[in-house]
Amino acid sequence: MAVTTRSEARRAPARPPGGAGGRQRRPDDTRLALLFILPAVIGLLLFYFWPLVRGIWLSFTSWDLLSPERFVGFANYERMFADPVFWNAIWVTLEYVVLNIGIQTIVALAIALLMQRLTRSTLVRGLILAPYLVSNVVAALVFFWILDFQLGIGNQILEWIGLDRIGFFTTEEWAIPTIALVNVWRHMGYTALLIFAGLQAIPQNLYEVARVDGASEVRQFTGITLPLLRPILGLVLIISVIGSFQVFDTVSVTTSGGPVNASRVLQVYIYENAFAQFNFGYASALSVAMLAILVVVTFFQYRITRAGQTDLN
Amino acid sequence: MTQLDGPSTIAAPVATDPDGGERTRPTGARTGRKVGVGRIVAWAVMGILLLITIFPFYWMLRTALSSNGALYANSSSLLPADFSWGGFQRVFGLQSVDEAIEQGGSGAKIDFWRYLVNSAIVATVITVFQVFFSALAAYAFARLRWRGRDLVFGVFLLSLMVPVIFTLLPNFLLVKQLGLIDTLLGIILPSMFMAPFAIFFLRQFFLNVPLEVEEAALVDGASKVRVFFNLIIPMSAAPIATISILTYMTAWNDYFWPLMVSYTDDSRVLTVALGSFRAQSPQGGPDWAGLMAATLIAALPMILLFAVFAKRIVNSIGFSGIK
Repeated sequence: MAVTTRSEARRAPARPPGGAGGRQRRPDDTRLALLFILPAVIGLLLFYFWPLVRGIWLSFTSWDLLSPERFVGFANYERMFADPVFWNAIWVTLEYVVLNIGIQTIVALAIALLMQRLTRSTLVRGLILAPYLVSNVVAALVFFWILDFQLGIGNQILEWIGLDRIGFFTTEEWAIPTIALVNVWRHMGYTALLIFAGLQAIPQNLYEVARVDGASEVRQFTGITLPLLRPILGLVLIISVIGSFQVFDTVSVTTSGGPVNASRVLQVYIYENAFAQFNFGYASALSVAMLAILVVVTFFQYRITRAGQTDLN
Repeated sequence: MTQLDGPSTIAAPVATDPDGGERTRPTGARTGRKVGVGRIVAWAVMGILLLITIFPFYWMLRTALSSNGALYANSSSLLPADFSWGGFQRVFGLQSVDEAIEQGGSGAKIDFWRYLVNSAIVATVITVFQVFFSALAAYAFARLRWRGRDLVFGVFLLSLMVPVIFTLLPNFLLVKQLGLIDTLLGIILPSMFMAPFAIFFLRQFFLNVPLEVEEAALVDGASKVRVFFNLIIPMSAAPIATISILTYMTAWNDYFWPLMVSYTDDSRVLTVALGSFRAQSPQGGPDWAGLMAATLIAALPMILLFAVFAKRIVNSIGFSGIK
């Protein structure tokens, strides 16, 4: 609550004073403004809204890029709902998201709490952020090597500590967890820094007071940190979930969906339908399904963002 | 003894905790008079997490400097196995085909200079145009007075929610119709005009430029255009730099879109080249040394960028930097 008032107080003067200041001259900048937003509007219409409309239209057509597109009604959707690979893709994607987000959030929270206690050094924060700087492709390839069955140092270490080697990218049960962990590696530092920023906003005197009252570490965490961090944690969570649903690069570079369909996530399936089988209509219907899923998630994002907006600065 | 905490509510970092020891200190407290067990454990955990973070980078380097043959015999030494520049030489096409095949390369012609240059062109052009156009729009939304401003801004905000995948297929078709498939311009075009996030981000900062400064300039007879170029942009140099770095990184690391658009070396960027480099592994097994040399080269520009701007990037990640 204290945070609310502060940030609102900061935000208020930033608003352009619509007559509040009583400036007599109210120039109308419409022409200049149109000029200024022209490129952005072109971008918006051409590459955001037109694709949106076109994508929905295409999902009702059958099209292989060569012959002209043909309207087929709901045929693509009927096919989709009857397509076991589609349902499998949904399932695999969900499994990925749950593993990826679950582990990532816990690890990131731990890192953020540790940093809060131990250090604010830019070096540590920089190191922890390093994986985020490389592309998904680089991260995927490095772990493809580290976790190679024969030569990977990861499997070498497993052997040293007396465990069996694991076919991380080559067995059905491990493919998705492995890919989820690779992306945890890439994103945990970034997420941790976001949470860390949230932790900084919690007034320190609350902890002082709690300590005077003799509250334990655990009690302070559950009584102060978690409740005050909740809006930010929610925001971070939902945003990572949206990104997580759109996993493609890592899978495409390492397993390309295999073994069998074990890691064929929705985006990979969409890509294959469009560019391997040239079923643009069906691929578009699958994208609409993805859009529907993301709209549901975004709806929650929107609500939580509203709740958490007070902490934005 | 126990009352000491009273006044420290204002200056939390200076607070001296009389109990010391295991009780952890408030943020940033560096008194460290007594090193508690908890603190040691915490540092140990932190150390392990940092190791997990950094080790893959080292392993990339170690493998890139090894020779393929030796990697099979010696897969776990911390130092390069049979030190060799071969991986890097293959990546830049400095080895003859026979030599490359003998050392475990695929022998296929790869020219990473070209991909590096392509990536640099794509990322630079996207960054320059996107940030400039977004800044223009952000200024119109922050400071110009015109009807429908908030409505149009709302529409832009909505476009933040359109998932990338949904625009990719239709955008591919559009780029195809424009005859830009397999060109750098085709890769650049969709991100060139604006990014909703950049507009949103910059608008926040433009709103915070004091109105008085702007009005003083206007009274002196400067036009709004001049105010934008000579006043707003210089005053917002820091956020503009931040968003430029973020945009550059995003463009450099993008894979899905360039994968759709580029088919030949004419427009192949590093990320896509890396993907195909792995796909064309020879029968024996991947050219690990070459592959790791390639990933290192792909990652290097970002690591350098980061080394230079570390503070800015790290500090930009708060809730304004959320993406």
